[in-house]
This record gives sequence, C-alpha cells and structure tokens, in this order.
Amino acid sequence: MRDFPLFPDQASTFATQVDQLYFFLVALSLIFAGVLPFVILYLIVRYHRSQKVDRSNPVDSNLKLELTWTLIPLGLVMVVFFWGAFLYVQMRTPPTRTLDVYVIGKQWMWHVQHPNGKRENNELHVPVGQPVKLIMTSQDVIHSFYVPAFRVKQDVLPGRYTIMWFEATKPGEYHLFCAEYCGTEHSLMIGRVVALPLADYERWLATPGPVVLPDGTIDTGQPVVAPTIGDPMAAAGARLFTSLGCLGCHAMAGGGVGPSLQGLYGATEKMADGSTVVADENYLRESILNPNAKVVAGYAAVMPSYQGQITEDQLNQLIAYIKSLADTGN
Amino acid sequence: MSTLSLPQSSYIRDNSRTFTDWLKSWLLTVDHKRIAILYLLSINFFFLLGGLAATLVRVELITPQGDLMSSDVYNRAFTLHGVIMVFFFLIPSIPAVLGNFLVPLMLGARDLAFPRLNLLSWYLYMIGGLFALIAAVFGGVDTGWTFYTPFSSTYSNSNVVMTITGAFIMGFSSILTGLNFIVTIHKMRAPGLTWFRLPLFIWANYATSIIQILATPVLGIALLLVVVERLWGVGIYDPALGGDPLLFQHLFWFYSHPAVYIMILPAMGVISELISTFSRKRIFGYEFIAFSSIAIAILGFLVWGHHMFVSSQSVYAGLVFSFITMLVAIPSAIKVFNWTATLYKGSISYRTPMLYALGFIGLFVIGGLTGIFLGVTAVDLHVTDTYFVVAHFHYVMVGGTIMAYLGGIHFWWPKMTGRMYNETWGSIAALIIFVGFNMTFFPQFILGYLGMPRRYHVYPPEFQILHVMSTAGASILAIGFIVPLIYLGISLRKGAIAGDNPWGATGLEWKTSSPPPTFNFDKTPIVTEEAYAYPPEAAERDAAAWRPGSPL
Repeated sequence: MRDFPLFPDQASTFATQVDQLYFFLVALSLIFAGVLPFVILYLIVRYHRSQKVDRSNPVDSNLKLELTWTLIPLGLVMVVFFWGAFLYVQMRTPPTRTLDVYVIGKQWMWHVQHPNGKRENNELHVPVGQPVKLIMTSQDVIHSFYVPAFRVKQDVLPGRYTIMWFEATKPGEYHLFCAEYCGTEHSLMIGRVVALPLADYERWLATPGPVVLPDGTIDTGQPVVAPTIGDPMAAAGARLFTSLGCLGCHAMAGGGVGPSLQGLYGATEKMADGSTVVADENYLRESILNPNAKVVAGYAAVMPSYQGQITEDQLNQLIAYIKSLADTGN
Repeated sequence: MSTLSLPQSSYIRDNSRTFTDWLKSWLLTVDHKRIAILYLLSINFFFLLGGLAATLVRVELITPQGDLMSSDVYNRAFTLHGVIMVFFFLIPSIPAVLGNFLVPLMLGARDLAFPRLNLLSWYLYMIGGLFALIAAVFGGVDTGWTFYTPFSSTYSNSNVVMTITGAFIMGFSSILTGLNFIVTIHKMRAPGLTWFRLPLFIWANYATSIIQILATPVLGIALLLVVVERLWGVGIYDPALGGDPLLFQHLFWFYSHPAVYIMILPAMGVISELISTFSRKRIFGYEFIAFSSIAIAILGFLVWGHHMFVSSQSVYAGLVFSFITMLVAIPSAIKVFNWTATLYKGSISYRTPMLYALGFIGLFVIGGLTGIFLGVTAVDLHVTDTYFVVAHFHYVMVGGTIMAYLGGIHFWWPKMTGRMYNETWGSIAALIIFVGFNMTFFPQFILGYLGMPRRYHVYPPEFQILHVMSTAGASILAIGFIVPLIYLGISLRKGAIAGDNPWGATGLEWKTSSPPPTFNFDKTPIVTEEAYAYPPEAAERDAAAWRPGSPL
C-alpha cells in the first residue's frame, strides 16, 4: 500500500481533529448521497410507465414535507458549521509560548530561518511535541505553505506576514507543497517537513550546512552558533538596528525622538489618532516600511521609510530583535 | 399529432437566393431563435477547444514526471481550459442557447424585448472569444483562469492583457443577455401568464439574469485594474507598488462565486422542466423551487469569502462567510428533494433527456455535499487548493451544468430542428457520460484529501494510480461528448419528423410548430392555466396507454 495510499498520514495535533470532522461529514453525506439515489431508483422503477401501479391522487405540494426537508438539513449544517468554526479558531490562534520560525517564499523555493540563525531551503525541521509558529512572507507573488500530514495550509503574501502554527506528533518526513499557483515551476516549489524528537532537533539546529540565501547568494555554512549562547537572528537584528541608525531615535531608555522599543512586542499601543493597535509582527513591519501609517501618540511623524533599503531577510532579523526586547522588558 | 413533413415556413427556412444573402440573413438576424443557433454553434466550438486543452492536461498527468510538455506549456493548457470553459462555455451555455431560444416562446412573445441588443451580445461574445483565441495562439496565458495578483499584474510573462480583454468584452455580452431577459420576463408575458404560472426555467433564468447584471461589472472592474497595473504600473494589487493583493481576490470572487450560480441556476431550471415532463405530473413544490432560485441568487452574493479562508482574510470574516455558505446548501437541498418527490406516483419514462436529468441529480448531490466540506472552515484549510476542490467544482459544473445543457438540448432538439434524434444512441451517450464523468472526477476527491495540490505539472509518484484512473475516465467522457455530435448531426437530415409536441409536454413552446415560425405564434396565446398543468389523471392515463414496444 506504500505506493498507493488512500488516506494521508496524521502527524499533527490537528490531523486527528480535522479527520474526525471529515469523517462526520462523510457519514452525513452517505446518509444523503447513499440513500437518495436508492429512493430515486426505487421511484423510477416502481412508477415507470410500464408498471401498473396505483397512481391515483398524486400530490404536488405538502408544507410539512417541505419544512421537514428544510429544517433537518439546516440543523445538520449548523452542527458542522459550529464544529468547524471552533476548530478553525483554534487552528488560527497560536498559543503564547511557541517556537518561532521565519519563512520566506519566493519563485520557486522556500527559505527558512530558525531563531538561532540556522537556515535551510525547501526543508523545515521541527521538534515533535512543541507548538511551532511560522511567520511567513513572500518576496514576489502569493504562495501557500501546505503540509498535508499536518492538515494546515496558509497563503504566504508579499508585503505582509501571515502566521500559521501546528504541533507535530509523530517523527517523520512529510510533504511540503506550495498550494497557491505561482508560475512556471509552481509544482517544483516543494520540499519536506522533518519532524524530529527534541534531542535530535537540537543536535540538528547546531549542525552547520551550506544554504542559498533569499537574495540568491550562497552561505557556505560557517558554524552558525553555539546553541547555548544567545539568539543569532536577534543578534543580527541588533547589529542592523545599530548600523541603520535606529538607535539614534529609538533610545532604549526612552526620551528619544521615537518611542523606546523595550517591551513593545505584544503590547497594546495608543496611536496619535486615538485608536489602539496590538504590536504584532505586521504592525512592526508596517512601522518600518511605512512609518507614517500609524504614529504612536505623543510622537511626531518624522521617521523615514525603510522601504527598498532592507531585504525581507533583514526585516525578519530586525523583527526578531524587537521581539527579543519584549522578553527582557518583562 | 405528428405530421409527415416539416412546416412550410419556419425560422430556419428563408427565401435567400444567393449564399451572401443567406449568410447575411443569419449574421444580421434579430430573431432570438436564430441567435440561439449562432450561440449553439459557437459555444460548442469553444467547448471542444476547452476539451482539447483538458485532454492535454489529463494526458500529461498520466506520469508523475513532466515528460510530455514543459511546465510553461502545461500551465498554459490548464489556464486555457479554465478560461474557455468558464467564460466562453459554462457562463453563456444554458442562458444564451436554451434561454435565448425558449424565453420568448415560453412567455408567448414574438421575440426578446431588445432583439438588436441580443444580436450585439452575440457579437460581443464572439469578439471576446476572438481575443482569447488570439492570446492563446500567440503564446497563451499562464495565470490560471483566476488571474491572481500580483502574479498576473506584475510577474507573468504571457498574454494576460489580451486574455483579460477577451473576458472583459464577454462580460458585456453576459450583462446584455441578462438585461434582455429581465425586461422580457417583466413586460412581455402573454395575457394571463402570471408570475406563478411561469415555467420554472423562466424563474431560474430570471434569477440568473439578476446575478449577471449585478456581479459582472465587478469582474470587469477587477480585471480592468489588473490591466491598468500591468501596463502603467499603477499600484492597485502589487504591494511593491503600494497595492493590496487580497483586494483582487475579494473583487474577483464577488463576481466569480455568483458566477457559479449563473452556471447552475439555469441548469436547475432545465431539470425542473425535464422531471415534470417525463413524470407526466405537476412539479412538486413549485413555489419552493421558484423561491429557492431567488434565495440562491441572493445568498450567492454573500459567500465570496469562502474562497479565501487561507488567504489571510480575518478569522471572523471567515466564520461569517462559512455560516452563510452553510445557508446556501438549504435551497439547493430543497430543489433536490422536490424533484425526487415529483417522481412519486408519476408515469416515468427513460427518454434521453430524463436520463440526463436523473444523472444531474446524482452528480449534483455529490457536488453539493462536497461543497459543504469546503464551506466548513477547519476542513477547508486542508482541502482548499487541492484536487478536492477540482473534483467538487467539476461535479457541480460538468455534472450539473453540462448534464442539464445536454438534457435540455435533447429535450428541445425536436422544437429547434423539427426532427427527432436517435433515442438508442442518445441513451447510450448519456450512460457513457455518466460513467466516464464519475471515473474521471471521483478519484480526484481521494487525491485531494491526500494533499495533491491543484495546478501541479509534476507530482509525487504515490499519486500516480489515481491520476491514471482519472485520465482513463476522461477518455471515456470524451467519447461520450463526441457521440451526440454525430447522431445529432445525422438527425438534421435523417431524423423522424417530430411534430409540434413529441413529448406531450405542457408549456407554450410546445403549442407552436416545430421548428417555430419566425414570429413564434400565429396569434398571441392566452394563458388560462399554470405551468405543468397536467391533469391529475395524466400519469395514470399515460401508464395505461403503455404497451410492450412503446418507448421506455
């Protein structure tokens, strides 16, 4: 059966839940699609014109019958709607403690960077039993990150972050597909997701290897990290933060031209126009690329845009750095 | 009842002396029946073309490797298939061919309200088609029929502008047809033909026309903006230019989801006619079927976001769209149950149109139920953009619209041509299509749940067996589509003379000669009864008259 599967692997916490709902839907469908054809078959045979059967007093309307076959299906679809809705909200709401991995999609490859700086192409290594959050963006057109064995899929858009989360339950290698048509080699924008036991995962994280960077250059695979110290993605972000001159205005202690970024991530910020904004990845991204879109109350709209000056890759590092400030802030 | 020869004068015959005159009499005609024939020929031409593109796709997918054609050719093939089938076959099919022919006849009118506008809409359709064909011949287009941005507006190196222009122009043809139907149905019903005496085919086309008028302009705008961004770099959809890629999807599906109902509602109208006629009974629950068409048309406008559950649309928007999507299932279910109930105590005959109608119900039930799977948000995350979706919408569009289209063509063929087709071949073709269709598309549900994404040129080898099954089914399906072309063609010369009302059906279109005279009725009919006014003992009498050897 290995070469002719009829049902996909179940390898995440969502897989069994989605499948249960799916089987419920299949069962409901069988009640209709399995029974109705036989009713029709019975009627067209019994009442075929060649059959001498009782045809007196034909009926052509019956309100009770109409209500029955309106209300019963209505009740059933409401059941599956609410069942699906609760699961959907859960699938779209990552828990607070997650392992954050940054994904960049481009024609036609996936680029992944882990918080410790480890990078990979068309592969995603994740530990089993830990919620993983993917923070994804695209350098060009719309892609879609799809892992059938996990029953998760999320479009990856240019110009914004989309979030997806899952928790792998079974070590193994699973298909990774691009599910949104993205041009010539769409069907080759595939790879694998490798779910590893935690110990193996940590060993893998510390192993250097050559990798293609999103801008096309090749990283030779210098030893990236000693896994115990610090957070290289955030560290790279910190270096950028200094070299781009951000620190000149966003002084950590506050009192600068711009607000301090200490403890910003995840907090609710008050804007100059009176509205409030939760400082998530998309807000941080917008504030770097289009600073005047949302200006924090008490500050002037003087920050220049960094649109076109930093790559998606660097943006990810900056955001990882700003997010790391939240931890120390608490 | 039946006569031995065709009527002396009919819309098909004319007094042209020369070939040029004859050609002019067709190409400049304002007769709705002749325009319907023009549509019939051109739409079937596009259907064959779209089928050819589908053949390329299915043959390529026999093997997991991309060995028959390059990725670029494959992408152009499935895009051509989608664009042609959706814009130039499915959307105009039943309204433009059967609707054009039948709406005035069923209303007892001599033509549509705006005959010249009707001719214009055929020309717009042809010009749109010409653009799409030119785009295909000179390199094709590789965006998929959905034209998602920013791929279509910035990145694709293919004839996007040309193809979009074609779809844009075709849109006006669709709008004009809808406008014409609405005015005609409101203003030109024969004396005594009240709304609740109208055939359900008219109700269905009325609901369709509303969608065509309200939704098509939005598609026009969305596509025009793609062209504006592509040609002049105005940032509308591409974030690199300051645009929003999701805006396109919202605008596109605001049309393209209701467009699904443009395809299926007229089909449901046809099925109501067929079921009633071949059961020799008044249709069950007339009002419920009529209003469910209107309900589908209205709700259909509020569900476009169910195409976008994974697009990064907000979770709450997703929930609302999912909820309304569930509601759309109800009017569809009502129709299916009412058709089934019509069979009870009828006198059922297995003529070809009835076989198509029964096939329609079976396939539409599967298409509709899998639509619920896709409408349930949590399941949709897994199966959207996979072959599950491909199978679902082919069940609705091919299993629904094409079955009804073919059923309708067979049912009204004697009215359109004055001659009968070969019943044996008709039944055989209907069975071949039903079997071939299920073999083609049922395996795709399994493929989809396994996770095989759509629009893949190359795929993992474990999916091969299901793809081979699907392609085998598609070859059977292709045969099923070719057979009717042959026997229907032969019937034009050799078919038995049909007479005015070969099926013993009710409805004004059967009260005039076959084929009808140019102005449809010698004098305006006066309607005194409802549609499907079969007397209560009609079924009993029909069954009593049956003898071995009569048609099944």
